[in-house]
Amino acid sequence: MTQDSKQRIPVNESEPNSRQLTFEIFRFNPLDPGSEPHFDTFTLEETAGMTLFIALNLIREEQDPSLQFDFVCRAGICGSCAMLINGRPDLACRTLTQALPSTIRLAPLPVFELIGDLSVNTGKWMHGMSERLQTWVHTETEPDLDAMEAAMEPALAEQIYELERCIECGCCVAGCGTAVMREAFVGAVGLNKMARFRLDPRDERDDGAFYELIGHDDGIFGCMSLMGCQDVCPKALPLQTQLAFLRRKMAFAGI
Amino acid sequence: MSSIPSNSRWPARLDLLQSASGLALALFMWVHMFLVSSILISNDAMYAVAKLFEGYYVFGRSYPWLVSAAAAAILVLIMLHAALALRKFPQSTRQYQLFLGHKNRMHHPDTTLWWWQVVTGFLLFFLAPMHLFGMFSQPDQIGPYASSYRVYSTHWPLYLILLFAVELHGAIGLYRLAIKWLSFPTMPVPVMRKRLSLLKWGMSAFFIILGLCTLLAYYRLGSTLQDQPGERYHPVTQSQCPTNSEVLS
Repeated sequence: MTQDSKQRIPVNESEPNSRQLTFEIFRFNPLDPGSEPHFDTFTLEETAGMTLFIALNLIREEQDPSLQFDFVCRAGICGSCAMLINGRPDLACRTLTQALPSTIRLAPLPVFELIGDLSVNTGKWMHGMSERLQTWVHTETEPDLDAMEAAMEPALAEQIYELERCIECGCCVAGCGTAVMREAFVGAVGLNKMARFRLDPRDERDDGAFYELIGHDDGIFGCMSLMGCQDVCPKALPLQTQLAFLRRKMAFAGI
Repeated sequence: MSSIPSNSRWPARLDLLQSASGLALALFMWVHMFLVSSILISNDAMYAVAKLFEGYYVFGRSYPWLVSAAAAAILVLIMLHAALALRKFPQSTRQYQLFLGHKNRMHHPDTTLWWWQVVTGFLLFFLAPMHLFGMFSQPDQIGPYASSYRVYSTHWPLYLILLFAVELHGAIGLYRLAIKWLSFPTMPVPVMRKRLSLLKWGMSAFFIILGLCTLLAYYRLGSTLQDQPGERYHPVTQSQCPTNSEVLS
């Protein structure tokens, strides 16, 4: 650690028991022909309430300005900062260092295209998935934009909103053994969206239409129920319930 | 509902068939273990079970070919389940590397359990037919003495590995079936999964312990029969079970 960073993290007086954290961070720049994938080690002194967002910014500001990682909201809403934290996908901004051992290994999410170091292009993957699964409201009639929107039962709106909380961070995809093995698998994020539009009364597609989109081995029948998605989802979405529900509906539609 | 082309329906049918064949096999294996463990009650109890499956209590005489037919049916069911499950196996070196890397990084119990299902399933491709062909080709060689002699003299290593492979594969499979198909509206998913997982481990442990006790019982009985290969068991309760001469007639 540099002298400068010690001055800016006054922990020793107020927190005599603070830990020395060791960060092993994956480094690789695909745009640099001379770059080789490897892990760099950085050390930091832990402060109260330190998140990985704070730690990574300190490392970038004070130790290595070339370190690449993504953050936008710092509040678990934008989904930009998902990464492998000691092997498991999670949001860096919502992960307190105090919940981790003193050696913290950070790597980019697998499956997604690597931009550099910890930064991956989840947007490209999500866009492709959305186009494949047509994740928008389908209606036969032209909507009248001047008319009052049809009322929806509050309970149904709640149900849809619960699934709409997905922030497309990619944790469920990176935590899924099937998605890691088979790149065409749509993942829990895609299947959750299908469940969401199936609930929506404004979407006029029936189960036959949904079956055409996800009734195959890269869709709902590819899910092997490893439940990595359910266990790593930072928004605690009810993914097992949705996957089982879709499997029953699609199996019934398909036989 | 908009029509689904016939070709597109196969993924749904195959998925259902894989689950249904797995469910049938797992439940059969539990019933099978209870029947085999009748040796722990008495030799007569095991003899009665063997005669039951030869149709003695229905037809008044034994038809060992009924056991052959049952063994053949189970083998077909296993072949069906194996063919369907093979679709889920990793298909290339790359896929094995990707999955094993993922499993070793994640330290996630359900992901690790799936790997054990792959390993035990692969073992069962070979071990289950070894046992089933014996039952198919020598259906009359099932009984307290004949089975014990077989266990002690040659088959105990096969049955020992089969026991662990089947009881792990089956219980993990049933747990996965519940997660795959059922929703639990009255209980948070993590709570229900924890309970199902406990039940799964409990069932595996129960059947492995029961199986080990059973195997030991056959082994010990078999060790007393080494001088009498081919010796058949004569039931103590003659009025309820046929004699050997009846069986052979």
